[in-house]
Amino acid sequence: MKRTLAALAVTTALMCGTAFAQQITIKIGVLTDMNSLYADDTGPGSVAAARMAATDFMKDHPNVKVEVISGDHQNKADLGVNLANQWFDIEKVDMIADVPNSGVALAITQVVAQKNKVFVGSGPASSDLTGAKCNANNVQWTYDTWMLANGTGKAVVKAGGDTWFFLTSDYAFGHALERDTAAVVEQNGGKVLGKVRHPINSNDFSSFLLQAQTSKAKVIGLANAGGDTINAIKQAAEFGIVKGGQKLAGLLVFAGDVAALGLPTAQGLQFTETFYWDMNDQTRAWTKRWHEVRGDKNKWPTMNHAGVYAGTLHYLKARLALAGDADGKTVVAKMKELPTDDPLFGKGTIRVDGRKIHPAYLFEVKKPEESKYPGDFYKTISTIPANEAFRPLKDGGCPLVSG
Amino acid sequence: MFEIFGIPSQALFGQLLLGLINGSFYALLSLGLAVIFGMLNIINFTHGAQYMMGAFAAYLILTFSGLGYWTALLIAPIAVGFLGVLLERNLISQLNKANKERTIVFFASTALLFLLGRLWIEPVAAFAGAIVAGFVIAEVFAWLRRADDLAEPVDHLYGLLLTFGVALIIEGLARNKYGSAGLPYAMPDTLRGGQSLGFMFLPNYRAWVIVASLTICLSTWFVIERTRLGAYLRAATENPTLVRAFGINVPRMITLTYGFGVALAAIAGVMAAPIYNVSPQMGSDLIIVVFAVVVIGGMGSIMGAIVTGFGLGVIEGLTKVFFPEASNTVIFVIMAIVLLIRPAGLFGRTA
Repeated sequence: MKRTLAALAVTTALMCGTAFAQQITIKIGVLTDMNSLYADDTGPGSVAAARMAATDFMKDHPNVKVEVISGDHQNKADLGVNLANQWFDIEKVDMIADVPNSGVALAITQVVAQKNKVFVGSGPASSDLTGAKCNANNVQWTYDTWMLANGTGKAVVKAGGDTWFFLTSDYAFGHALERDTAAVVEQNGGKVLGKVRHPINSNDFSSFLLQAQTSKAKVIGLANAGGDTINAIKQAAEFGIVKGGQKLAGLLVFAGDVAALGLPTAQGLQFTETFYWDMNDQTRAWTKRWHEVRGDKNKWPTMNHAGVYAGTLHYLKARLALAGDADGKTVVAKMKELPTDDPLFGKGTIRVDGRKIHPAYLFEVKKPEESKYPGDFYKTISTIPANEAFRPLKDGGCPLVSG
Repeated sequence: MFEIFGIPSQALFGQLLLGLINGSFYALLSLGLAVIFGMLNIINFTHGAQYMMGAFAAYLILTFSGLGYWTALLIAPIAVGFLGVLLERNLISQLNKANKERTIVFFASTALLFLLGRLWIEPVAAFAGAIVAGFVIAEVFAWLRRADDLAEPVDHLYGLLLTFGVALIIEGLARNKYGSAGLPYAMPDTLRGGQSLGFMFLPNYRAWVIVASLTICLSTWFVIERTRLGAYLRAATENPTLVRAFGINVPRMITLTYGFGVALAAIAGVMAAPIYNVSPQMGSDLIIVVFAVVVIGGMGSIMGAIVTGFGLGVIEGLTKVFFPEASNTVIFVIMAIVLLIRPAGLFGRTA
């Protein structure tokens, strides 16, 4: 009897040993804007995307356990930093994803560097994150203000819009976008006639639009995003801006914004993005699954959501390749070493300054009669190849770039 | 064409006009708040949520019945005002009563109905339905009981807390159901387009907003300050027992006045729907500013609320020209200064 029991005990111990030999546990925190002006372009959709990445990875690698939690930074840097600290210290989070609002993102990068964790920012736009404020724990995935300026700004100036007036959101993102676009305008022979800075999450743009009208600029550049862009475009229609001959340049427009505006108001808008749900079969299949996880068929995935999915997937690949090592700098170095490949952005790489490289597309919003089914918003005007879409490595001023 | 402080005069007049338009929203909302606080001594933090309910009511009326803006302008204030009346009768006025049976019946029936309703319908509809049904059940209970309601007045702070909580609940329900991005509401066709005034292009809709708001504000002021009904109301504020002794139904007057204040908020919401984003947080973004306006104008003064609303709209408009980054905060700076110099507000009467 004793022998049988002993044999049983040893066998069980051996089985346990084999089963748990390579169990890796990873915890990811999606820090996003759940309720305010960026909620539809990021928010719950980003959490859904992260969960999808976790599920897909765990399906292929059963020895990895990925847990996703989420939090709302309410567009306040101090709240974001508090949450990040809490997540790193108490919740044992390894990686923070998303973080729309460049002001919050810039604050988070300090915390991430200090605690030596990883930040895969698919939400923030400021090109400073891979420029002067870059660090070795950071990856900027989806887009940045330089890419937006270069894509949209160059296209609009080349089409004849050579005098600009900026409506800028008064915080880090707006300032960066305005600065980068003004540079592109001036490089291509245009002139910036003026600018006005409005508080983030403004309700009423009438007086700013009036100033833009008075300036007589050919193009009014909207250096803002989310709810601010929607309000500005709606009220520009009310004040007869486009009828009066001025053009609106939406410097950062998401599919969610187009859905909120409706095609009659948004038609003809041109902007640069790096993802569209209807681009190919893989993106369509992913969008179908995203709709199920998100639980709302009336919302459409934006490039931010796609960035959270792809970025999280690549992070998990890097963790697996390192056999579970969670050291921030090591993981990010591995992410830069491994080429990226996902169904949403295709093949790409992450540069030494943390910038993810992939092609960009100049989209135009379809006219209502051109739209054949729900979500049929964009037509592709041109493709900017990956090596031209982002700021050259040497121009960023990033300390990680040697020489 | 001359220049004032470096801004061409034309642009400046345009900005002043825009400031007046924004001021009309502030005036309408602060009028509602001033009526409720001045007449009823209730600090109504739900005002922003009721403004949002007015805009949502307009959206829902359009979606479910196809009826447009003008019908919504009539129906939405009545519907939201009615909900406000239910809120006042069942929650706010019960704060000051000694007998809490009615409140217990309300909460118990709402909870039960919500749990039951969850079996068939989704949470937001179940919650909203349970609350309205709870209101009705509590009404029936009170009517059946017909006991004398002994008053046990509590601190005004409880009214503030209660209405603040209700505002959070309403906002949360709306956000749960509709998300935070905002819903589209088209401008009525009769008010599309605009007039070129030389110094600016004035959309017809914005002109309508100023005219409507001025009319509503001035008629309200007239009714309260110059008619007999208004006199009863003002008397009931100062000495309810004596007014009651004259045979005037004071509790009903208070309830209807609260409903009227809420209807004012709802009308402002309907007027905001075509131009501003109809979203669950539209009320909370605005209510802080409106409270500042009411405080500056003087909490009890009707004319003060109207004048301050328009005046601060103009000041904010000017700030947007000269120092736009501060346009969010200038009203609070003025509030701080006014409170230091005249704590009762510019038009307020010290109690």
